[in-house]
Amino acid sequence: MQMTSSVARPSAARIPWLSLGVWGALAILVLIAYARAPQATTAVLTSTIRQSTPIILGAMAGIMCERSGVINIGIEGMMLIAAFLGYLANVWTGNLLLATAGALLVGGAVGAFHALMSITLKVDQIIAGTVINILAVGFTGYFYQQGLTTRGKLAPIDIAPLSSIPIIGPVFFNNPPITYASLVLIVVIHVLLFRTAWGLRTRAVGEHPAAADTVGIAVNRVRYINVIIGGMLAGLAGGFLTLEAVGSFERNMTNGRGFVSLAVMIFGKWTPFGAWGGSLLFGFANAMQSQIQFLQNQLPPWLAWVSQTPPQFIGMLPYLLTIAVLAGFVGRARPPAAIGKVYEKE
Amino acid sequence: MTAAPAPEVVLEARGITKRFPGVIANEHVSLKLQRGEVLALLGENGAGKTTLMNILYGMYHQDAGEVLVRGQAVRISGPSDSISRGIGMVHQHFMLVPVFTVAENIILGAETGNGPFLDLSVARRQIRELSQRYNLDVDPDAYVKDLSVGQQQRVEIIKALYRKADILILDEPTAVLTPQETQELFAIIRSLTSQGASVIFITHKLKEVLAIADRIMVLRRGRVVGETTPQAASERSLAEMMVGRSVMLEVEKQEANPGATVLAIERLVVDDDRGQQVVNGLSLEVRAGEILGVAGVQGNGQTELVEAITGLRAARSGRVLINGHDLTNASPRRVSETGSAHVPEDRQEDGLVLTYSVADNLVLNRYYVAPFARGVVRDEHAIMQHAEELIDRYDVRTPSVLTPVSALSGGNKQKVIIARELSREVRLLIAAQPTRGIDVGSIEFIHQQIIAERDRGAAVLLVSAELDEIMALSDRIAVMYHGQIVATMPAAGASREELGLLMAGARPAAPAVSEAV
Repeated sequence: MQMTSSVARPSAARIPWLSLGVWGALAILVLIAYARAPQATTAVLTSTIRQSTPIILGAMAGIMCERSGVINIGIEGMMLIAAFLGYLANVWTGNLLLATAGALLVGGAVGAFHALMSITLKVDQIIAGTVINILAVGFTGYFYQQGLTTRGKLAPIDIAPLSSIPIIGPVFFNNPPITYASLVLIVVIHVLLFRTAWGLRTRAVGEHPAAADTVGIAVNRVRYINVIIGGMLAGLAGGFLTLEAVGSFERNMTNGRGFVSLAVMIFGKWTPFGAWGGSLLFGFANAMQSQIQFLQNQLPPWLAWVSQTPPQFIGMLPYLLTIAVLAGFVGRARPPAAIGKVYEKE
Repeated sequence: MTAAPAPEVVLEARGITKRFPGVIANEHVSLKLQRGEVLALLGENGAGKTTLMNILYGMYHQDAGEVLVRGQAVRISGPSDSISRGIGMVHQHFMLVPVFTVAENIILGAETGNGPFLDLSVARRQIRELSQRYNLDVDPDAYVKDLSVGQQQRVEIIKALYRKADILILDEPTAVLTPQETQELFAIIRSLTSQGASVIFITHKLKEVLAIADRIMVLRRGRVVGETTPQAASERSLAEMMVGRSVMLEVEKQEANPGATVLAIERLVVDDDRGQQVVNGLSLEVRAGEILGVAGVQGNGQTELVEAITGLRAARSGRVLINGHDLTNASPRRVSETGSAHVPEDRQEDGLVLTYSVADNLVLNRYYVAPFARGVVRDEHAIMQHAEELIDRYDVRTPSVLTPVSALSGGNKQKVIIARELSREVRLLIAAQPTRGIDVGSIEFIHQQIIAERDRGAAVLLVSAELDEIMALSDRIAVMYHGQIVATMPAAGASREELGLLMAGARPAAPAVSEAV
């Protein structure tokens, strides 16, 4: 039998030429754009990062759950509930840090609920996620009162010398805390999954739970913990929306971001960096559509047709992109083998 | 210490009883395993061997009885308890994560590293040391999914040794191996026992027990029915202990009388579920009145070949001809209506609708025609009568014809399939693993039915991973390797060794082996 060592895997120390090439080409495009329209380019890139933050957090929520073998389509609902309760915490306490911690805890609690339903009570995991999504819309809609006021939102923190680097500075080093946290978390989750004993166990439980069980790993305990961590990440994504991006709550304000997160997770083959690429793509499409609508009248003549397109169509752009990406990738991506299956010994 | 050095008992079970809803899997079972010996646990499927071992390994907990490790009564409440007491188990279905490397699989649950961070270098070194010491050749950095079954088994053994196991339980370890791989496994077992390890070897294969065991314990219906040694036993005496009555080890059959070609396959190419080409331009012919046995290690395209013939899987190219009609990529119903019977490999998934009654399962291939249907309405009376007749004729043990087929034992489920498929005029019988995992009594019965079909003039394509079955039933044997027939020979002159080599991919020794068609 062949001793294959050429199989790609996330932790392999090979040089990923393809992605290097893609990133290089993108960098050149950005430089060209910056040379022609520095302000608009910086605005689009900054907005790309902001728009991608809840998506990558949601996608990592999905990765933690699904790598351990639990499907989580309730990310949307987890985000929404955490966004709402985080917002209320902000209204009552006026302390943004406490409110963020609140969103995190609420996310974790909803995650624990999902774990209870799908692991202990053995509810079909798609149904359990749907329950959370419906519950979230009803719960937040029912308790939402208009006219509540808050004392602001999380402000950008300027990391002094770095933020004055052209392009990179304003894009990466002048962000509010949850955005910074999401960037750090990409690395943390990657290391956790692919370089630690916990990650090895998590992936084993998601691929072949019986094998994990026979070497003494408590399968359901590992799943519970990962689903709760996933819930906390979704909670942080919700907190981003009400505590960092907008500073207030609107009905159904997640607006499908939880589902886009799932698409991005699949696009990224259940790896944090892959999902980040997908999130940036979505964030970029979103940034472009608002930039286009913002610059309606200043577009160069060859783009005049864009200003004649109804804004609704331009607003569809990110979602169309999601559909296109999913249509191209879902079939080929291989999910963890034991996903969606309750582990039973006998 | 007494005068004569008594052999050290490393593992002992006393009066183990385990009940599952409706069955007693183990009833007051006791065993002793001595240091450095191979104890063979022999019994049919369902005799309670695996349950007993799962209790010793901590996967299940016994209802009564106790387990002693090195003379001390212990409570084993999970695999981590048994691992820490030096017990290792190689399960029948390997407990390896296919997308992990060998090293990752071996350290899983006993990770080495720097705080929470993994460090595989120590593990790699230990794995290499163990491989050398016991002659277990594996590359720590290979992915398990790229390894052969024999290599995966070695990974399982290293996994146990890595955890310092000196009591090894091997559950049906030879079920998936070629005869040569089995010999290699035996060499590994001898090298383990010579270095102080003790082995419990679970099997239902008589030849192997006689070859490897120091002592033999036979289990039947959850009880220990006897204990013996290879010197004192023979295949026949063991079979009788195992089954509880005298059995025929050889299948009696007349000389074949082949007629016209019924099934012809020409350069067939088929992909598996992942889109890999697994049948690579295969050609074969089966004639009326003969049994062609397809021998081969599992996973060489046999499953896909059978599915392509029966219409369950699309062939990429090539032709399937039944009685001269081109039935390439025809629907399963069309294939069935040409008089083809199919006994599928996976009876639970493809052979039966488990939640349906025995009666309904018996008409799955003909429910839509008279006398079982009148127009769109089922004729319950005809279906019941048909079922009553068949369970009688095929000796299906079921409480009633309305019992869901899921409640039946493996052997009886298979008899339901055989009854359904053979209770009509059959010109071609395709039987895939027809006796896998069923009791000896049912095996005898099914073998007789297959021979009877042949004698009635049907063409039989028999696909089996059990070389003994192939050799006992076939008139001609075709060896399948990597999606092709590498040799075809008359069964009369074939030897196990030769077939084993061909199954492992050795090229046919001389042109004399391949038969002129």
